Parts: sequence; C-alpha cells; structure tokens
Amino acid sequence: MLELRGITAGYEPRRPVVRDASLTVAAGESVGLLGPSGCGKSTLARVAALLHRPDAGTVTLDGEPVRGWRHRAPREQRTAFGVVFQQPRMSADPRLRLHDLIAEPLRATGRRAEAPDRVRELAAATGLTADLLTRRPHEVSDGQLQRACLARALVLRPRWLVCDEMTAMLDASTTAALVAVVEDYRRETGAGLLAVGHDPVLLDRWCDRTVRWREVQEVQEAQQVQQVQASQKEALR
Amino acid sequence: MRGDRAIAAVTDATFRLHRGECLALIGESGCGKSVLASALLGLLPGNARTEGHAWLGSGEADEARLDLLAADERTLSRTVRGRRIGLIPQSPAAHLTPVRTVRSQLRETLRELTGRRDGEEAAAERAAFPADHLDRHPHQLSGGLAQRAATALALVGDAPLLLADEPTTGLDRELVDRTVDELRRQVDRGHTLLMITHDLAAAGRIADRVAVMYAGRIVEIADAEAFFGEPGPRHPYARGLLDALPERAFTPIPGMPPELGDLPAGCAFAPRCPRAADACATVPPLADGVACHHPRSDRA
Ligand SMILES: Nc1ncnc2c1ncn2[C@@H]1O[C@H](COP(=O)(O)OP(=O)(O)O)[C@@H](O)[C@H]1O
Ligand code: SF4
Ligand SMILES: [Mg+2]
Repeated sequence: MLELRGITAGYEPRRPVVRDASLTVAAGESVGLLGPSGCGKSTLARVAALLHRPDAGTVTLDGEPVRGWRHRAPREQRTAFGVVFQQPRMSADPRLRLHDLIAEPLRATGRRAEAPDRVRELAAATGLTADLLTRRPHEVSDGQLQRACLARALVLRPRWLVCDEMTAMLDASTTAALVAVVEDYRRETGAGLLAVGHDPVLLDRWCDRTVRWREVQEVQEAQQVQQVQASQKEALR
Repeated sequence: MRGDRAIAAVTDATFRLHRGECLALIGESGCGKSVLASALLGLLPGNARTEGHAWLGSGEADEARLDLLAADERTLSRTVRGRRIGLIPQSPAAHLTPVRTVRSQLRETLRELTGRRDGEEAAAERAAFPADHLDRHPHQLSGGLAQRAATALALVGDAPLLLADEPTTGLDRELVDRTVDELRRQVDRGHTLLMITHDLAAAGRIADRVAVMYAGRIVEIADAEAFFGEPGPRHPYARGLLDALPERAFTPIPGMPPELGDLPAGCAFAPRCPRAADACATVPPLADGVACHHPRSDRA
C-alpha cells in the first residue's frame, strides 16, 4: 500500500502548492489522479515517488513510514518506484544512447551484468528496434524516446509505478501502446500504479478508479469552510 | 535527421480547401504535417526543396491566384503572411515576444498590416482575449490566454485563410475544447481554416473535412461526419488511429511509423497493416478519397 496523509509541499518557504493532500493506492491497484494543469498534482506525484520532500505530512510505503526523500531515501524504498514524466526530453540524458539510457538504473545500483538481457526484453516490450537502441535522444521522436523512458522506469522491476502525464505529448496510437506496456507489466508483477493526468476519458479507461484533485484536497477545503464560517461568526459578534 | 541525404517529408499531397470550411490534417507526430504547413507559408529551412503547386485563390479563373510554392520571399512577406494567410502557431508562448505586452504586439501588427494606429481592443475581442489583460506580458498569461493572444495576432490582417499548427498541444482537455470552439467561430464567420493536429478529439470537434497523413502522404480525405461517425474511415491506418482512442477500442496500431528517410517500397503502411497483400507492393494512388489497394467498403 502507498499512503499519503496530510501532505503539504512546495518550492518556496511558506508558499505551498499542495496543501494537506491525502491519497491511498492499494497494492496492485491503479489510481488515476485528475486535475487541471498547475494544480499541484505533479508535485504530489513527486512526493509519492520519494523525489520531493514534503513540508508536512506522512508517506507510508508497504507499511513502512518514509523517513527520507531523494538520496536520503533508503535504496530499497527508492528503487521500489518507476517514474515516467510528461516531457521525455527533459528527463533523458541527451548524451546517452537509448540502450544505455534504459540500462542506467541497473548501472547505478551495481547490477550492470543484468543489462543486456533486461534491455533486450524491455526493448521488445516497448517496440524499440535494435537500430533505435543505438541512437541518442535527439535522433528519435518524442514517442520513441518516451518508449525508452518507460523501459528505463521498468528496468529495476519496481513494485510501484508513477506515470505523470506520460502520454500528454503523444498521439492516440502511441498512447494506447504505452498504456498497454504498463498494464502488461502490472499483470505480470502485480505492481501498483499512480497515473497523473488531465484527460478524464483516458484515466477512466486506464485505471481502476480516478480521483479528482479536489477530493485529494477535500480535508483542506472542509477545514477552510470551517475557518470561514468561524470568522463569519466572529464578525457577526 | 541523420546524415545529409535528401528526405521526402511530404509526397504528392493533393487537396483542396473550400472557402469557409475547416479541413483538419491529422496523423501521428513526425508524419510531415508541419512540413506541409511550412511549405505553404514559405517557412521551410533554406536547404528544403519543393515540387508541385499550392494555389491560393478562388479557382483557376482567379487572376490574382498565387502559387505559394513558386512565390518569392518578398511577395510572401509583403502580401501573403498575415494578410492572405494567418498563422496560429503551435506554442503561442514561444511565438509571442516575451519582453513586450500583448497590447504593444497587437498595435505593431495592426500598424503593419492595416496602417491603423488603434484598434487593439477590437482585435483582442475577436479572439475573446480579455481587454483588461492587454497590458500583460506573455509570461503573465495562462496557456489559454496566450493561445488567444496568438490567435488575435493571427486575425489582425483579416486573412481569409487561417493555418493552425497543433494549436492545442499540451493544453488541458477543457482548454482544448475552448480553443477549438474559438477557432470554429472564425470559420463560421467566413474564414477558411487548415488545422493541423494529432488530437483526434479536437479534429472531430472542429472539422468539416478530414485529411489523414501517413509517412508524408495523404492517405484519406473524407467528410468529418462520415469519418468520425458512420460509416467511419476507409483506410486501414485511419481506422487504426480511431480505434486507438480511449473512448473506442484503446488498441494501438502495431509497430511504429517508418522513418521518412527509409520508407518501405510500396505502401508505407504495409508492415503494420492487417489487410496487406501482394498488391500493396506498389504505392496506392489517392483515388476517390482513399489511397489503399484494399480500402474498407461500407459492407466489409
Ligand atoms: N521546480 C519548481 N520550482 C518552482 N515552482 C514550481 C516547480 N515545479 C512546479 N512549480 C509550481 O508549483 C505549482 C504546481 O505545479 P505542478 O505540481 O507541476 O502542477 P500540475 O502537475 O498539476 O500541473 C505551479 O504553480 C508551478 O508553477
Ligand atoms: S495499400 Fe495495402 S498495405 Fe497499404 S493500407 Fe491498403 S491494404 Fe494496407
Ligand atoms: Mg504536471
């Protein structure tokens, strides 16, 4: 289970972009998180994937409370996540050939020996040809690069996947293809999924359930209403 | 692009745009849609070459008709861009000048195209850009308002033909719908619109007719209602595209589009096509709205 409780997070002190948000994904479940752009859903997704430390709140991963984010997270927790972002060009090292891009997490965790087999498997799953694997990001299309980024996210066999607007830049066929790769992987491994996006049709079709941003922040809104009511009472006195 | 070979990004594209209609040009990214648009505006890079004609005018009898592919840069910049063809760009934020307010950019374009020294408010109004945001800089605008600012600029010269290149990429669905509806209003006012997009839902919402491009060729042209509704597309690629939508079968077309510099002989879709057969070793011509040796008929 992946559990976020009362998360407040942001980029500047005292200016949170996420306030008191809560969200739970059960083991093996797929949850779509739907919201307009700029609402803070990517920030929350990064907190969930242990990439951004929240200012307040707790994250519990498979029963273990999370105590550190980014390099402070224990490797076992960090590698439990595979993450795919919206803009493949911003999340791919431009110097790496696609083969090395996919294998990078294996190298970083001292499992280089597994690379040839694992890359071959994932290239087949994501539809990347041997020729494409030898190219660098600027020599492939957005769709091809996103296939490689998805393969990279799966290379360590994560128990959790976080896909943040993974298909927002892609055409319908590439979108359906990448979602199918994610779902095949989940069927095979039982991994849970948090899919962030702004297209209700896509998320409803893809995920077991879809939550709206305002539901995630409901607690906070309820509190605000109480505060407003309290101050109105105050003013009437 | 790799190496310095000549690559045909667009081949044999033939279509006609009727006055006051919206034609949506759809296809996967990288299939050549934007190259076609740039060719029409004379905005291809210097090393690009074109063959054929792109006639701008009301028909063969039109004395003022102009071949866009043959026109020189001076003609294009003085009489075509902004005046006869308005371009609504892919990323409005990048198209607007960052250091200047929307008002000052509108004012300059107005002076250049119409000689007028006022009219910013009216120009903004036509694209539903709020007058109280005119003094803002582009970075102070939301994605939707930046799109409207760019549309307002494109409409200043009252060009009869509007060309929108992926005007909704990266926008939220709600904003996509709003942008598309605003463009449709321009068509209903008599403008002709060529809208290039990979967003099929947006195309379905706005278009009178649809042209489908695959590997640089137009493979189907159809009435939008028949294409998105019944009887549906006739070309196997176009069918595959629609079937990939999450509101339909959500099944991808197998494989990936070919490299434009490395097209298979014959029909470029054959390696991915469920209906491919021997005849497909030759390129199918566009006949009766579809370029395919085994198009789906209403019965099949
Ligand atoms: N790295 C960053 N530094 C500063 N502000 C940021 C950063 N990333 C996002 N923001 C801001 O935080 C807010 C929420 O952003 P984000 O979580 O990306 O929203 P969403 O994913 O819902 O579009 C926005 O106002 C955005 O500008
Ligand atoms: S020509 Fe043949 S291969 Fe090409 S789309 Fe038609 S049936 Fe398929
Ligand atoms: Mg986001």
